[in-house]
This record gives sequence, C-alpha cells and structure tokens, in this order.
Amino acid sequence: MSEHSSSESEAVAAIAEGKLVEERLVLWYFVAALGYLAISLAGGLLMALQLVEWNPLQGSEYLSPGRWRMIHTNAIAYGFIANAFLGALHWAVPRLTLKPVGSRALSYFIFVAWQVVVLSTAVGIMMGQAQGVEWGETPTWIDPLALAGLALVAVNFMIPIAKTKGPLYVTLWYFMAAFVWTFLTYAMGNIMPQYFIPGTSGGAIAGLFIHDLVGLFVTPLAWGLMYYFVPILLKKPIWSHGLSLVGFWGLAFFYPLNGIHHFLYTPIPMFLQYGAVIATIAVELVVTTVIINFFATIWGSTRALITNLPIRWFYTGMVLYFVTCAQCAMQVTLTFQKLIHFTDWVVGHAHLVMFGVFSIWFFGMMTYLFPRLFRTPWYSRRLCEWHYWLSIGGIIVMFIDLGLAGMFQGYYWASLRPWDESVAGSQPFWIIRLFAGLVIIAGQLAFFYNIFMTWRMSRRSAARPAPQVTYPAGGRVAGA
Amino acid sequence: MFETKAGVLLIGGLGFFLFAFLSNAVVPILLYRHMPEQTVQQLVEKNENLQYQLEDLNVRYPEAFKKYYGEPGQKAAVEALRLGREVYIAEGCWHCHSQFVRPVSNESERWGKVASSIEYQNELQRPVMFGTRRVGPDLSREGGRRGNDWHAVHFFDPPQVSKGSPMPKYPWFFDGISFTALMTRLEKQDPTFAAKLKEDFGDDLASKQTQVIAAVRKKYPALAEELTLSPDAPNKRGLAIIAYIQWLGSWLEEYPDYERFVPLNEQMQNPLE
Ligand code: HEC
Repeated sequence: MSEHSSSESEAVAAIAEGKLVEERLVLWYFVAALGYLAISLAGGLLMALQLVEWNPLQGSEYLSPGRWRMIHTNAIAYGFIANAFLGALHWAVPRLTLKPVGSRALSYFIFVAWQVVVLSTAVGIMMGQAQGVEWGETPTWIDPLALAGLALVAVNFMIPIAKTKGPLYVTLWYFMAAFVWTFLTYAMGNIMPQYFIPGTSGGAIAGLFIHDLVGLFVTPLAWGLMYYFVPILLKKPIWSHGLSLVGFWGLAFFYPLNGIHHFLYTPIPMFLQYGAVIATIAVELVVTTVIINFFATIWGSTRALITNLPIRWFYTGMVLYFVTCAQCAMQVTLTFQKLIHFTDWVVGHAHLVMFGVFSIWFFGMMTYLFPRLFRTPWYSRRLCEWHYWLSIGGIIVMFIDLGLAGMFQGYYWASLRPWDESVAGSQPFWIIRLFAGLVIIAGQLAFFYNIFMTWRMSRRSAARPAPQVTYPAGGRVAGA
Repeated sequence: MFETKAGVLLIGGLGFFLFAFLSNAVVPILLYRHMPEQTVQQLVEKNENLQYQLEDLNVRYPEAFKKYYGEPGQKAAVEALRLGREVYIAEGCWHCHSQFVRPVSNESERWGKVASSIEYQNELQRPVMFGTRRVGPDLSREGGRRGNDWHAVHFFDPPQVSKGSPMPKYPWFFDGISFTALMTRLEKQDPTFAAKLKEDFGDDLASKQTQVIAAVRKKYPALAEELTLSPDAPNKRGLAIIAYIQWLGSWLEEYPDYERFVPLNEQMQNPLE
C-alpha cells in the first residue's frame, strides 16, 4: 500500500485501533437484529401450529395467528434484516471510505429511533392497527417516523461516501443506490395505496412496493456487502469488474419493473402484466452474470468452503439465490401462475429468499464479525457448524416441502373439489413444514447460546491484554 | 458515468425508479381515471342485497344491533362496512383469503364472475384487498352464500361448522348473551326446568339473577358460559365483519353466487349431462 497518501495510512491505522468504526454500535445492531429474529421465528411457529391445528394459544386477541403472521414478516424485514444491515454498514462504510460516518451522535440517535420504529410496528400490529399493504403493515402513524429514520440513515452514510474522491468500489454503488431506493420505495408503498390510489392501480403500486422492498432495499445492500466481504475473506479481488458493472446496472434497470408480477391475472391491464413478466426473466439473466462472477472469484480457492465458515455461509446463500431466481423465472410465466399462485409454493419461495439467502448471508457476516467485536474467538466452532447445518437443512426441507404442497394445492383447486379437501391434503406438508421450522429454530438457539458464551469469555479475558485480531483494510483489498 | 456518484444516484437511484413508477403505476392510474373512487356512502345507497343482510342481522341479534348500530339503515351500513374492512385488515384475513377471481384454473366455476377493475374503484378497496395467498377460499363472491348465523358460529369457532378448519377462532368478536336471552333460551331448551326456576325464585327472575344463574350453571354449565361469551352475541366488530363479508359480491346481479360443484359420484350417475 505504498502509494497511499499519509492520511490514508493514518485512517488504516485508526481502523486497526478501532477508532474509525463505532464497534459498539455494530454489536448493538446485531444483538437487536437477533432479538427480532427470535420474535419473527415465534410468529412463524405460531402460524405453523395454527395450520396443523396444534395452536395451544387459541382465543387470545393479542396472540392471534393472523396478527402474528404480519409480525413475522415485518420483524424479519425491518427488525432483523434492517438492523443487521445497519450494523454491517457501520462496519463496512468507514472501512471503504476511510472516513467516519457523518455523526457519531446521529448514529446512536438513529439506533434508538429505529428500535422505537420496529418495536412500535410489532406492538401496533399486535393491537390491531396494521395497514393493509403487504410487507408494509407498519401502522400508518409510524410511517412518517420510519421515513425520517431512513432519510437520516442515508445522510449519515452518504457524508463519508460523498467525501471520497475518484472511482468508487462496487459495494458503494450498491449502497448509494439503495439509500435512494429504500426511501422512495417506502414512501411509495406506505403512502400512495393508503391515501390516494384505490383499487387496481393501487394494487399495481402495492405490487411495486412488495417487490422493490426485496429488490431495491434488501438485494442491493446484501450484494454490496458480498462484494465487500468475499474478496476480503478470500484475499483476492473480484474476478471481473465488467461483470460487476453488468450486475449492478442490470439490477438497477430491470428490478423496479417487476412489481406487477405479484398480481398476475388481476384486472391490472394485461400489457403491464406481460411487461413485468419479461422484466423478471431479464433480471434472472442479470443474476446469472453476478453468480458467474462470484463463482469465478472463488475458483481455485474452493477449500475455503470447508475451512472458512463465513465463506461457506456466503456461497451457500449464493447457490440458494440462484435457485430462487431460476424458480422465479419459471413461476413468473402465466402458465406456471395458473397453478401455483396463491399456494404454498410462493410461501416456500419467499422463505428461500428471505431466510435461505439474506438471513444466511447475515449469519455469515455475524460469524465473521462477532469474534472481532468481542475480540475473542468463538466459544465453540462446533456450535457454529450446528448453526450452519440446522439452518441450511431446515430451509431446504421447508422449501421443497412447500413447493410440493403448492403444486398439490393448485391441482386440488383447479379440480373443483370442495375447498376443505385441499386443506386436508395440505396437512402432511404443513406438518413437515412445522418440523423443518423447528429445526431452523434449533439452529438459531445454538447460535444464540454460542454468542452468549463467547461474550462471557470475552468478559473474562478482558482483564488480560486484548489478543491480536488483524483487520483487513477495507475495500482496498478488493482490487480498487 | 457508470461508476460515478452522480451516475449511480441520479440515473440508477432516481432515474430508473421513476421510469418504473411512470410505466407501472402512473399508466394504470391514467387508464382508470374515468372511474372515480366511490365512497362507502355511494356504495350502500342502491345496494338492496346489503340492506337485506343488515335487516337480517337486526332480526337475529336485535339487542346487539340496536346497541352498536341503532337502526339497520344506510348510516348503520356505512359504519359497519368501514369498521368491517378495518377488522379484515387488522386480523390479517387478507393473508389467508384473496379477493379476486382469476380467469384461469376453473376459478369462475368455483366462485363466479371473473374480477373486473370497476369493482375495486371504491373507498373500501383503498388499499386494495387483492391478497396473495389462499389458505381459505377467495372471498370476493362470498356475500349471500352463507347465513349470518353461520358466519357468527364460524368466527366463534370455525371447526364447529367446517370440520378440520385451520382458520383461527375470533372470540373477541363476541359478547356474552343477556340474562333475558338466557331465559328465553332456557324456556325453549327445557321448559320444565324454566318453570321450576320460577317456582323456586318467584316470577321476577331478573331480580334474583345471581341465584338463578348459579342454579342454571349447575344444570347447564355450557349455557351459563354463554353469559360471558356466546356465538349468539356478536359485538360491534363481529357485526361489522359479518356485514363486510356479506357485502363482498353484493354489487353483482348474481348474488349470491353458489359454486356449481357437483360431487363426483353424482356426476357419474348421469355422465352425459
Ligand atoms: C389461517 C388462515 C386463515 C385466516 C387468518 C382466516 N381464515 Fe377464513 N378460512 C380459512 C380456511 C382454511 C377456510 C376454509 C375452511 C372453513 O370454512 O373454515 C376459511 C373459511 C372462511 C370463510 C368461509 C368461506 C366459505 O364460504 O366456505 C369465511 C367467510 C372466512 N374464512 C372469513 C375470514 C375472515 C373474515 C377472517 C379474518 C377475521 C379470516 N377468514 C381469517 C383460513 C383463514
């Protein structure tokens, strides 16, 4: 790094001393994220029990499975994923820009504000104040607060990014675009269908919202982090800069055009539905280039998949991402839609994306970062392995099971047999789903326990001098 | 351009988002501009089917209806539909039931007329309740298909009327029945016992409620339970959600629209029909 100016090497030194990055905040965000993950798992479990009629908590208004189903999705999107992102961004952005975030005080304020937003969302839904937009059930009175929070997040991270000069690393393209997209998406989805646009065109906007939330908030931030962590862990640059460009701009152009594919065969004008179908298939082609880029990167270092747990998490997530996207390209066609729309197939798809890909990536990042945050190695590598195998095993079984269930349900319905037969026919699949879910929950319990014990160890060793943990110097490794 | 801040923020972030918004959201808004959003008031004005359902609710649950909505007129209808929609959203019904019939997969055979845009241009469909999952059946043609009492029992305890139903119970849509209602029920169910109560406690049973209830509880514990919670006493939310469900599809000519389902063994008896 001899070509770095002196201010840059000072910044690198500051990172090593833990000055540039507010590590305590990263830790807090991760802990908050895992708390909401637990809440979300509880909600999912409740609904799974309800479907197989084993719900022991029937009859309580505040524990109604219908309400908890909404807490389940909102806690995962805004509680787990958003918090984990904020933690990871606090780790990555100062390293990539070699500058601290906009304001330390603002960072802590945002942390508290965001927890208030998510917690009141959960409580509000529990009290029966949900808003009628899927993934946007946040009670209406919280929407302005959430928007203000998102704007502050963007400002806080854009300040160091704006100060950097010269070409930016891929990760930062994704982050910058995501700051704009997340704000616009949230504003569009939570305000227009609620206050201004009724009926079919409101449905089109709700479709855009459902899709943009995954595609323009979660996906770009998550891929940005992959472009950041993978080269660091593999100690080599991303294979092709050109493909990175194709991946980013392809996503930016095609992803926002997909929304209406959530409402195919509704009264939304058919030419718009066709447009969404074609854009979706285009996205899958773009995704393929990204996957090729990442697999070409690991080529020659595949042993890391066995020895390096975070890398294994990341690449498993990528394989599942490719599966999701391949599935998407098929299920979006009108032929497939006839059969699988409204069924558990789609539920399986959603779980594969939100858990099998993005949550899995976060587990990878957390597996990498917790020991660095605690300055203590993992309490038990074995529990880390359990966490991995239970999570992956559980989600794959759930995905296959729900996919099959969906096809059965589709055929039951089209056969015009009474509705109850489709419900009875779903029972075996729902029972398997319940157990797959319990396996996933067991994996997370192993993770929580492992984190707790690692934290205890770190407290005990705090008296002794801190062990040496080496800090890679951010995006510079990644070929910039 | 492709790697600069301005390019990423303005073209990727803002530009492409707006392009998608214009093409996918503004276009349908413009296409439907000649169909203005109807208010609930406008919806109930000429809706005789809904009026009939409200009167039916009033006859079946007179005490509750009077208490929560007064007379079964248009004012009550507007209030009930608005609240019914709120309940439908708050309880997440829309995550287990859809509200549109597709032109494929024999759906019009099962539920009736395929969905069309004009049906959704109203206040109660803002946000639109299309739904994306069907654990239970589509509800956009549900109105009139079942009686109000069926719905009441179904919300109280779904498996009672639909064996093996995974739909959750909604006891918070209900109150307990009144003492007078209890006595009327008892007279029908066991006239001798009712007469005996009068012998024991005098003609004015209401003045000795506590003792009477204790006596009833001994003989008919389930009946006494209904003083606290009963499918025969839907509360404000209960009446509202039933009215809302009965409203769904009530604007169509063919209301109610029954499934044209014929069991297979009956089909086989006259295979040529
Ligand atoms: C867990 C998913 C689930 C939720 C939540 C749910 N339902 Fe259902 N619903 C079902 C299933 C399954 C059936 C079919 C079996 C039956 O009749 O109970 C059904 C049946 C119905 C029916 C009868 C349809 C017919 O004519 O056969 C109505 C009406 C209904 N639900 C309304 C509602 C309302 C209103 C809510 C919210 C308060 C609601 N449901 C919440 C799953 C659900």
